[in-house]
Amino acid sequence: MTAHPVTTTTGLVMVGVTLTHGDGDSVVTALDDVSLTVEPGELLAVVGPSGAGKSSLLAVAGGLTRPDSGQVRVGAADLVAASRRQLAAIRRTEIGFVFQSGNLVPALTAVDQLRLPLQFGKVADPRDPMELLEEVGMAERAKRRPHQLSGGERQRVGIARALMTRPRLLLVDEPTAALDRARSQEVVALLAREAHQHGVATVMVTHDHDVLHHCDRVLEMMDGQLLPHTA
Amino acid sequence: MFLALRELSFARGRFALMGSVVALIGVLMVLLSGLSVGLVNDGVSGLQKLPVSSFAFERDVDTSAAFTRSVVDVDTAQTWAAADGVAEAGPFGLTLVNTRTDGGLDLDLALFGVERDSWLAPQVATGTALADEGQIVLPGTLRDEGVAVGDVVTIDQVGTELEVVGFIDGQHTFGHVDVGYVDLRTWQEVRAGVRPGENVPEHAYQEVSAIAVLAADGASPDLAAVDAEAGTTSLTLTQSFGASPGFTAETSTLQLIQVFLYAISALVVGAFFTVVTIQRKHEIAVLRAMGASTRYLLRDSLTQSAILLVVSTAIGVGIGLLLGASISGTDMPFALEASPIVGASALLVVLGMVGAASAVTRITRVDPLTALGGNR
Repeated sequence: MTAHPVTTTTGLVMVGVTLTHGDGDSVVTALDDVSLTVEPGELLAVVGPSGAGKSSLLAVAGGLTRPDSGQVRVGAADLVAASRRQLAAIRRTEIGFVFQSGNLVPALTAVDQLRLPLQFGKVADPRDPMELLEEVGMAERAKRRPHQLSGGERQRVGIARALMTRPRLLLVDEPTAALDRARSQEVVALLAREAHQHGVATVMVTHDHDVLHHCDRVLEMMDGQLLPHTA
Repeated sequence: MFLALRELSFARGRFALMGSVVALIGVLMVLLSGLSVGLVNDGVSGLQKLPVSSFAFERDVDTSAAFTRSVVDVDTAQTWAAADGVAEAGPFGLTLVNTRTDGGLDLDLALFGVERDSWLAPQVATGTALADEGQIVLPGTLRDEGVAVGDVVTIDQVGTELEVVGFIDGQHTFGHVDVGYVDLRTWQEVRAGVRPGENVPEHAYQEVSAIAVLAADGASPDLAAVDAEAGTTSLTLTQSFGASPGFTAETSTLQLIQVFLYAISALVVGAFFTVVTIQRKHEIAVLRAMGASTRYLLRDSLTQSAILLVVSTAIGVGIGLLLGASISGTDMPFALEASPIVGASALLVVLGMVGAASAVTRITRVDPLTALGGNR
């Protein structure tokens, strides 16, 4: 384990994080001594081939998987030391997730999708759902359910939902996987704008090299290691 | 409640389908309950309305036909009357007879023979009480069928003629036939097969079916001890219901059907919510990744099940009561009583919740990690 002291930041800090799957002869190293800092308001893109560990990076940064070793902090919260219940609370208040194709709840209208994260527990200073829908250009679709929205519209609602609790960290998993070129550009441009405007540290995992020009920094994941991106 | 209510309204077709199944079970339950109470009334209401706590029958009598098989000596009543904790004890006769009224109406009767001035004598509501031999008191239900005071009822087997002198209120039946109260001596003559005008053998007046016993207030006499002394076999009033023809078979059949109904209902609800939960697995993973606690998700799902169960049970019971009300007036033995229906509805909801709970606990096994990656 690397012994760097963790510097104080309000974004994401990972130091010497290692994560392995399986045991015995079939050990797979998903994350190999990964250190990473994402500043508030920065949009970081992580590219790389399938199975390089991109999803594991999101899982560890989002408190869904506990690493074998290393330190992970989001703002003041220590994700390695937190209990399962504390992790759920940290995810609820400090972290926003944007999933592939939005992953909205089928039964809820767009505006209810945004109200949903406020149901899980107390949120100190939530955004106003209608205002946020307006911000992502979906105000006129507020009463529509997911099956009445296009892929790009669903992704916009998904991004707005992730921002409801004013998270410090936004984790975005292949946001353009189900979108055409034009929609992909719009969605990533929206992510960049939100990250900059609200000072959210944003990590986006993607295969889509056409959207990287919207990002402040690009890293490449290779066999569990984070390397500078060579275009 | 936020998610639960919105999902109920969004997937209303699916939930309505499930709700209809629960509602239909509710309807069936009300009808079975009514039938069950009706059959009990038809079988033993004549016994239920007696001021009796137990009967002493002939020793080792066949308890499934105790009243019709048992023969006890009248004097045994004195042993019982003298026993500790016994307020009253007196001879009681029961025989099933076929009769015909002078109005031409065929009546099957359970002839109850009691001492006409005793504590067992029927409380007449219209007409007069039993004042002599050769008289009969009938339940009010027969008055409604056209039998009147002053009519003569003739017993087919022996030709004995009985004058109707009064009616007691309400339904009094035994083994699905109406009860007719006669004086003990008349009963003993009928029982001995004595035709009018014939000599009555001396032993006839010594024999009755059983000794009816009423325990003193708050006392519970040691039935076994007195049985040993008096040479009898006692059955409590409730135990004696089993001696009504078909009673045990009828009630146990209905109980069996009801037990199956509860089990089916719990399993059907459990299966439904299992499928719903499996279908929502990815959605639940997303909700957990977003920070929803297990407790929140369980509470939301159980609220949903509870709403579904309570609403559909209420609708089913409502329909059942309407149907039941229309059956109640007919010849079918059917009676709606609040307490068994309330109890059964509560049991239906509780067992449905057990089924739902065992299904939605799957939520706790959903790994939020599966929210990442493609739609699985």
